[in-house]
Amino acid sequence: MKRFGKIYTALILMFLYVPIFVLIVFSFNETKSRTVYTGFTLRWYTKLFHNSVIMDSLVNTIIIAVCASILSTVLGTFAAIGIHRMRKVPKALVMNATNIPIINPEIVTGVSLMLLFVFFAARMKFEFGFMTLLIAHITFDVPYVILNIMPKFRQMDPHLYEAAVDLGCSPMSAFRKVVLPEIMPGVVSGFLMAFTYSLDDFVVSYFTSGSTSQTLPITIYSMTRRKVSPEINALSALIFVVVLVMLMIKNTVDKRSAKAKGGERL
Amino acid sequence: MKTRIMAAPYLVWMSVFIVVPLLMVAYFAVTTDKGTFTVSYLADVGQYTNIFVRSIWLSVIATAICLVLAYPLAFMLSRMKKHHQGTMLMIIMLPMWMNFLLRTYAWMTLLGNNGIINYLLGLVGLGPYKLINTSGAVVLGMVYNYLPFMILPLYSVMEKIDRSVIEAASDLGSDPRSVLLRVIIPLSLPGVYSGITMVFVPCISTFIISRMLGGGSNLLIGDLIEMQFLGNSYNPHLGAAISLVLMAIVLVIMTVMNQFSPDDQVLI
Repeated sequence: MKRFGKIYTALILMFLYVPIFVLIVFSFNETKSRTVYTGFTLRWYTKLFHNSVIMDSLVNTIIIAVCASILSTVLGTFAAIGIHRMRKVPKALVMNATNIPIINPEIVTGVSLMLLFVFFAARMKFEFGFMTLLIAHITFDVPYVILNIMPKFRQMDPHLYEAAVDLGCSPMSAFRKVVLPEIMPGVVSGFLMAFTYSLDDFVVSYFTSGSTSQTLPITIYSMTRRKVSPEINALSALIFVVVLVMLMIKNTVDKRSAKAKGGERL
Repeated sequence: MKTRIMAAPYLVWMSVFIVVPLLMVAYFAVTTDKGTFTVSYLADVGQYTNIFVRSIWLSVIATAICLVLAYPLAFMLSRMKKHHQGTMLMIIMLPMWMNFLLRTYAWMTLLGNNGIINYLLGLVGLGPYKLINTSGAVVLGMVYNYLPFMILPLYSVMEKIDRSVIEAASDLGSDPRSVLLRVIIPLSLPGVYSGITMVFVPCISTFIISRMLGGGSNLLIGDLIEMQFLGNSYNPHLGAAISLVLMAIVLVIMTVMNQFSPDDQVLI
């Protein structure tokens, strides 16, 4: 039974990883062949770094992800503070609307925003590009920020704030010194989530980007539509390494903070 | 309290960019270019019944395969030593952090007519088989991309099943089969339901997987919508009508799954 479990786990992991490893191995292949490995080269990596379309869209993706995640964190944090204080019925209404972009199929979010932008683009004379992308990203990012912060309010002792005010804090400094530290973990995880969703998003960006402002996933998509180039393999290998390093850092940080707290590790 | 005011900017944002766009989808679905009311676009959706049936069918198969593959894995994961669980979970989730276009592209190169699978089969004198541009390839792509979405919710409920509950059942005379059927499965059902939603919804609305792995002959609902907005047959009214139907399907699935779930956990 134990052995069966190990073999089974190994098979699933193989299923998950073999395609990625094949992709990476062929990024070092001398020829464009996707079946026969003919020899080692770093040519595709140099080509990748000299490909201005990819590099521009990478920069663009990072700019959008940074802007969208910062703006949506600010918007979402204020929103969560306000929503937390709302009465039951309006609160439920707002939370339901907030859940829409999370529950709805991405393609519907994409086309609905596209309809809106098309409608206003004709009337207000703007074009699809950086601004439409940024608005779209903030729109699907904010709900994650709010959903990360709301539980922190629920866990917080409401008397803490009152105690601070009773002991002479102004409401503003009571908020800064008492409430903010309590919800900070939620703000940070909301920000990180928004950032990764923005980096990774394809579907919503696809419908809201226009031709002037492309993100990396859109560039990857158009590359896979054209003839094969091992540059995509090289790109995949680099992304894989970046992700691996990030997750390992996160893992060590988590373990350390768990140890520091003396609690059980995740 | 004045603090409620702080939600105001978000309320405006939410209304303009979440609620209004959805109302526009509904409006476009039931009006013509001139703005007169019509149900003809919604009626036209009926012409694409075969595509809807295919989408639902392929998504059901993919979701079922994910459930069958993920269930034992999630259980074994939940019974591992605590500190192994975290590492293992990270290993399972790692591919999910790669963009799904790259993950799907990986299978494109593996399954291609000159791909590595056909090459290896050729070495032992088999094939070549037509692997890519089939509905099987689309299902494979769905399973590959969304399997972790099934493992995660299953694992998180199974992890909470106390070892002593299982031991108690066997001490009181249950054989392994009835421990599974009467203890483990009932306790893990909430995870099953949220796993089904988390896999089924992206499967039924995808248009990338079908385009990259299904060729032109395996259109799904997502492809149909995309074609109305960005493809050759630009028709936002029909596209909106199809989107509306897709939303209705998703809503039905989620309501059914929520009905079964005992606690009001947030899906996804």
